[in-house]
This record gives sequence, C-alpha cells and structure tokens, in this order.
Amino acid sequence: MTSALALGAIALTAASGLAAALPGLRPARAQALATAALCAGAALGLAAAAAALAGGEAAAGGALRVDALSGLFLVPILGIGAAGSVYGLRYFPQAERGARAVRLQVFYGLAVAGMALLVCAADAIGFLVGWEVMALANFFMVQTEDEDPSVRRGAFLYLAATHAGTLALFALFALLRREAGSFELEAMEGLRLSGPTAAAVLALAVAGFGMKAGLVPLHFWLPPAHAAAPSHVSALMSGVVVKTGIYGLMRVTGLVDAPPESWGVALLALGGVSAVLGVAFALAQHDLKRLLAYHTVENVGIIALGLGLAVLGRARGIPALVVLGLGGAGLHVVNHALFKSLLFLGAGAVHHATGTRELDHLGGLARAMPRTALLFVVGAAAISGLPPLNGFASEWLVYLGLLDGLRQPGGDLLAYVTLGAPALALVGGLAAACFAKVVGVVFLGSPRSEHARGAHEPPAAMLAPMALLAAACAAIGLFPAATTAPLARAAAAWARVDPALLAAPAARAAAGAARVSAVAAVLLVAALAVAAWRRRRLAGRVAPAQPTWGCAFAAPTARMQYTGSSLAALLLARFTWAIFPRRTEPRLEGPFPAAAPFATAVPDTVLDLALLPVARAYGWLAERARLLYLRRIQFQMLLVLLTLLAVLAWGFAW
Amino acid sequence: MNAPMVLRTALHVVALLVLPPLLLGVINRVKSIVGGRRGPPLLQPYLDLAKLLRKGAVYSRTTTWVFRAGPVIGLAATASAGVLLSMGGAPAPIAFAGDFVLFAYLLGLGRFFTALAALDTGSSFEGMGAAREVTFASLAEPALFLCLLVLARATGSLSLSGMLGPDLDAAWSSAAPGLLLAAIGLFVVALAECSRIPVDDPNTHLELTMIHEVMVLDHGGPDLALILYGAAMKLFLFGALLSRLVLGHGAGALASEALFLLGVLAFAVAVGVVESVMARLRIVRVPQLLVGASVLSAFALVLLLR
Repeated sequence: MTSALALGAIALTAASGLAAALPGLRPARAQALATAALCAGAALGLAAAAAALAGGEAAAGGALRVDALSGLFLVPILGIGAAGSVYGLRYFPQAERGARAVRLQVFYGLAVAGMALLVCAADAIGFLVGWEVMALANFFMVQTEDEDPSVRRGAFLYLAATHAGTLALFALFALLRREAGSFELEAMEGLRLSGPTAAAVLALAVAGFGMKAGLVPLHFWLPPAHAAAPSHVSALMSGVVVKTGIYGLMRVTGLVDAPPESWGVALLALGGVSAVLGVAFALAQHDLKRLLAYHTVENVGIIALGLGLAVLGRARGIPALVVLGLGGAGLHVVNHALFKSLLFLGAGAVHHATGTRELDHLGGLARAMPRTALLFVVGAAAISGLPPLNGFASEWLVYLGLLDGLRQPGGDLLAYVTLGAPALALVGGLAAACFAKVVGVVFLGSPRSEHARGAHEPPAAMLAPMALLAAACAAIGLFPAATTAPLARAAAAWARVDPALLAAPAARAAAGAARVSAVAAVLLVAALAVAAWRRRRLAGRVAPAQPTWGCAFAAPTARMQYTGSSLAALLLARFTWAIFPRRTEPRLEGPFPAAAPFATAVPDTVLDLALLPVARAYGWLAERARLLYLRRIQFQMLLVLLTLLAVLAWGFAW
Repeated sequence: MNAPMVLRTALHVVALLVLPPLLLGVINRVKSIVGGRRGPPLLQPYLDLAKLLRKGAVYSRTTTWVFRAGPVIGLAATASAGVLLSMGGAPAPIAFAGDFVLFAYLLGLGRFFTALAALDTGSSFEGMGAAREVTFASLAEPALFLCLLVLARATGSLSLSGMLGPDLDAAWSSAAPGLLLAAIGLFVVALAECSRIPVDDPNTHLELTMIHEVMVLDHGGPDLALILYGAAMKLFLFGALLSRLVLGHGAGALASEALFLLGVLAFAVAVGVVESVMARLRIVRVPQLLVGASVLSAFALVLLLR
C-alpha cells in the first residue's frame, strides 16, 4: 500500500509539468492545473511518508521500498516541492513568461519526482536513475534565465560538479556490488567492510554525496547555482536537493554493519569544518541569495555532525548516540528545508519587489512589505537556532548527542567529541550575527536606493506558502517532543535495529523536548504579558514620530547607515585565514579629492582561489602541449590508424 | 508539586523579578566608594526605573514593529532563561538534560532582537553598536559553553540544576583546578555578556567606542526601562551562576538561601571593583580577551577529560 502510494506520487509529480504544456488551455489555467497535479502527487507521497514514519514494516513493491528513513526525506521533498510550485504561480507566471515557464514547470515536476524516486529506490539502479533525472532537471531549471552570463556560468558549474559527483557514485555502487554481489540495497545490508575497502567506500560516498550536499570543500558549485536559479527553484535546491546527498550518505553508512569508527570521526570533522566555514563565507556575502546558499553549507555541516555522531554510536554500540545523532540530523534535514525555503522564498519576494538582490541597495523594506518582513524574521530566527523555533529543536538534539561524550569515562574519543559543542555554539552565534545583518540591512532602517523605495508586498499566492512554512517552523519549535517517535523509527530503520532498543533514549529525549515546550510557553506568556503591559502603559503617551537622532548632525542621509559589509567587518577580521576578500581602495589626495570608487569582493576560497587557477593553468598547458601538426587532419588520421593497429596487435598477441 | 515546592518556586520567581536592579545599585556604590565618593543610594536603580516608567515615548519615523518588539522580547527571553536556573535553596522550576543549551540560546534570542531593534533606527551609530554586540557575543558563546561543559563533566550532569547542585561540592574536592579556571572564564564571559568594563562601559553613552549602550540610544521611557531591567536581570543570572559555582550549596534551606544572596552580592562587588580598577579595553582587544577565556576553559576541560 505504502509503496503504491509512493509510486503514484512519483508518477503524478513527474507528469504534472505536462499539464502546463496542454494545448488549448489558457496559460494561467494550465499552470494552475500543473500545480494542482503536483500538489495531489505530493499529498499521495506525504501519506506514504506518514505511514512509513508512523511505524510499520518497510513497504517493498517492485523497485520501490519505503521505510522510515525514506519517509523522513519524502516529507521535505514533497512538502517544499508543493509549496514552491504554488509560489511559482505568481513568481513565474506562465501567462507572462510563456514557453519558459512551461519548461520550468516540466523540469520542476521531474526534479521532485526524481528525488522521490531516489529516496524510495530499492536498488542502486533505481537510485541512480532518480539521481540523474533530478540532476539534469535541476540543470535546466538553473538555466531558466539563460540570457544572463552569470546564470549560464552557475548552471555550467552545477552540471560539471554534479557529474563529477555521479562519477564517484558509479564507482561507489560498483564497489558495493562487488562486495554484496547485487545492486539490491537489501543485499548490501549487513556488509562488513574493513581496511582499504571501507576507506574507499567512505571516500567515494563523501566525494559523490558530499558534492551534492555541499560539504566544504565540495560546496563550490552551490552559491553560484543557487543564486542563478529562480527563487522557488533555489528554495527547492537549497532546501531539498542538497538533502539527497545527505540521504545518500545516510543510506550508505546505514548499509554496513558496525561501520568503522573512523567513518564517524571523518564525518564529524567534515561537518564541523563545513559548519564553521559555511557561516564565515556567508557573513562575507553581499548578494542575498549567495549568502543564503552559503548558510546551506553551514547547515549541512550541522547535519553531518549529527550523522557522524550516529555512526560513532553504531561503531561503539551506544543506542543513545544513534537516536540523538541521527534524530538530530534527520530533524535538521526537515527543519532546514522549512526555514531555508522560507528564506529563499522571502528573498524571491524581495527580488520581485525591488529588482535587486544586492544587500547594500536595499533597506527599510519592513515598511513596504510588513508581512514578508515578519515571515523572513521568523525564518532568520529559526535558522539561527533561536528558541522557540524549529532550528533550536534539532540543534539541541545534536548538542545532547555531543554532550553524551561527557558521560564516558577517561580521555576516550567520545569525550573529545564533546568539543564539537563549543564549535556548534560558535556557529550559532555567527549565524545569529549574519542574520541580524541580513534582516537589518534588507528590511530595517531606511531605503538605500530607488530599488528599495519602490517595494511592494507580494501577492497572496506568494505569501501563503511562506506563511505555511513559517507556521511549520513554529509548530516544530513549540512541540519538538512530537517528533521524537518518528525520528527514533527513522534511526532504527537506518541502523537496522529493533526500535525497542532505541526506545529508552528516545523517551529521554522526548521528556527533555517536552520541557523545552514548557520553557517556550513561559517565553510566549512573558512576551505577551510584557507587550500588553507596555501597550497599556504607553496608551495616549506616544509623541509624534521624529527623525532618528543623528548625533546632532542636521542632514543625515540613508547612505550613512551601517551597511552589510560594515556590520560583518569586525567578525570577518577573525576569518582572514579562510576568506580572502579583495578590496579596491581609493587614495584620497589633495584638499579637494575627486569622487573615488571603493569596492570589496569576496571570492569563494575553493572555487576562485584554488579550482579556477588550477583549471586555467591546465588549459594553458594544454594549449602549449598541442603540437603544431596535430592540427592537421592527415596526422590525426595517422594516429587513429596506428592506435587501431596497436589494439589489433594486442588482441592477436593474447 | 506539593505546597513547599510551590512556595519555593514562587520565591524563586519573586527573587528573579525583584532583586536584579539591586545589583546595579551595589556596583555603582562600590565604584563610588573606590573612587572616593559617597555615591547614589543603593536603591537608586529602582527609582530610575520608576521615573522612566512615568514617561511617554518618542519613536523615530524610520522604525517599525521590530523596534517596539526588541525590548519586550529581550526582557521576556532573559526572564524565561531565569526559569532554568536554581536560586537560593530552591531547585530550578524547570530542569532537564541539555537545558543549559536552551539557557544560552534564550539569551541569544534577546540579543538578536535587541540588535535588530538597533538596526531598525537606521542610525549608523546604532548599527555600529549592533555589529559589535553580535561580534563579541558570537565569540563569547563558545567560551560560555566550554565553561558549562567543564561543570557538566565535573558533576556528571547535563542540566544546570545538576551542575550547580549538591554534586558540585564533591567535584570541588576532586577537580578544583579545572573548576577554578572555568569560574574565571565564566566571570570574563559575564562581564562581556552584561556589557561591563573592560568590554563595554555602561556609563558613557556618547563615545563612539561603546557597544550595548549605543544600541539602545533611541529607546526611551518604558521601553528603556524594559531594556535596563532586562540587562540587570541578565547580570543577576550570571551572578547566580557564579555564586553557585564558587560557593556551592549551604546545609539547609535557610543557609543555602543566605549563601546564595551573599554570593550574588559578592559578584556585584567584584564587578564594581573590576570596573573601578580597570579601563575599558580597545575594541580590537576584546576578541582576544574572549578567545583567551575560551582557551582557559578549554584547558580546564582537557584537564577534566584526562
């Protein structure tokens, strides 16, 4: 039953885009039909996910198999997919964009279906088919506005990166097949790997899945591609597509029996580095969508931290670590999908209203777009891990897992794992700083340019999905205890242990989570009480509004406000070992200096400072290495002939 | 919950709500005495708050609801963090494994909205303050966590009530060096988080070198009262943490109550003395101070991890 539902979801979402291309329909109606088909498919799939998460055996049928881990990933894939497609009704209307919107709709449905297929696939072939459908559909979606060179560049980079990753996956599954004797995931379960095979499996999994997930240093494709895509596609890519990499990592680490400890340590290290560097890179950005994309790198790092803990827990046989690590990682997968999509949709609304994504050209949008501003603030607080929102709930689980190391006696490995907690605290502080910058510079203060002055609230079809996502963020944050049972089931499915074994630590986590709800209630009551008291206190005593006090300066302008760059400058000074900003500073000379431009640019350390120079040097070498007469067709024919002869000779000799 | 528990919880809440401004009075008095003046009465902060509450408010044309929400959320978040801390002889009203994460993040919530309220004015002055606040806070956060990890390791408990509970006395006899380092680290974090000298100067509002005080320049009347009160409450929370950490529990409810109050007052005196004998650090030195506190606490933790 469950797998039939999943199959229906995959078929319906895959075909949904075709409705947009139906001849004879008015464009708006065709798009609405396509969206309705996608939402119906999503509803089917969510029912399957709910059934899988509510317990019950892994439902197998044909090439599909839906267990609790698949269910956990189906929720964001289909939920965000549906929300984004509703948003697209007004953000990318077919009535105005014509064929381009049709193309986008077709690939959007294919991408969602591809992801649903890959998380439900019962064998490696099905997985890779879903993976490639998703990857290619994404490429075409990023390409949508291809008249812009930066879009073409982002799309190409994405294509190159995703295929480099796929190559690693081919090798990975070939290796696993050699060990297990079959491409069936079920046959691969219980593999015992050790030594070089284990190392190779992890290296290939990290290269292939880590590339998609955006773990540092494989994140380089992510910011350009996410910035280039239309906003609801960015939301899908950043919130959901990168999670398929996480799903792959989880699936593969879950397959093996007693994974080596070194896997856990490697994932923890990768996660920690990604989290800290991701947020540091984000702080440096001027472009709203690039900044959000770098935060994905950060959050994927947090997820990898949780997964690393869970792997360590299985290597050591500690159920608490499995529940807290995988539960934290799994909940963060869902949570990040919720708040990151909310933020990207908010960024889309800002772009829609102002025509710019440049932070320092915005400002004061909270007056013109109060609803968007409120929803964006909710997303910003959630991604910064602030209570009482969902980001806190999942980070808290990961913290608990890390802290579990403190209970271990002696200077054991696990005790040192605890040091991940201060790292997570640093990441939380930096994320809060970064989002204070984003919200402050984009929505607060006064408008910095004409772009920002002409802003307007987006239509209801764009606001409604955002409101829904914000409500989901608040709901999970207020009642985290409700999530522990499904998370424990996902952890049991991942570790392939009896759920009863994980029940005790899951119950402890649920009890703590219930207390988090209690404190959240105290917080809400206190805030409402203080707000009501303040309102009564001030009734009738508010003087007419005045300009902001400018320290007695009589003619302040909006350009004197603190900019995003100046807000982050003090913190970035701490990260010059990882970020190398380029500045062009004017030299002011003479008593009446002329107007002088000042600019800073932040290259991506991996892409712009390492990969591209190497690629350029390689191109230069290749140019030099090409012999003059290699350009003649006669000589090339000769080479082909000689090669052929050599191959024939080799064939006959053996 | 039985009757004595209800009473103690009520006492806890009353202490959390009533006592904080007193600490500011003590600090000012200590500073005056060290400076050779008589100083304002101990209860002056209460009078200041009452005066602010009688005033109306002027808002900038630039501001939105965020500006008005800042002080409210700041105070509410600090007060709910207080619910997780045990005070006097009473256990914390709510305690669970990992509650110190919630404690730290609730303080972070208050800070986030205070910074947003500052940015809402569109004043570069307040933008500067907000930038500094979030910068130093994100550096103070790991230091705070390391201190709390030391406590958790020493007592084997993951909740604040357990960490500062009866097991702490035993921990002092077995792991005193680590706990001492953690206490020093926590004191530095407290000075930074509560914007006291040497990180920030709570008395001067008009220097371009200030942090917290600059952020709240455009607030007035009841809003400013909420902010000042919230800041005092935060100071009280850190005082309570340190008092418990250093002095531990007394035997019996009354003795522990007295010891707790004594500890919090001693914390205020210590802050006053530090403020009297030190100048504020240059802004570029503050991160070094905070990283120093982190390193100190990390060292303490490694001592305990052996």
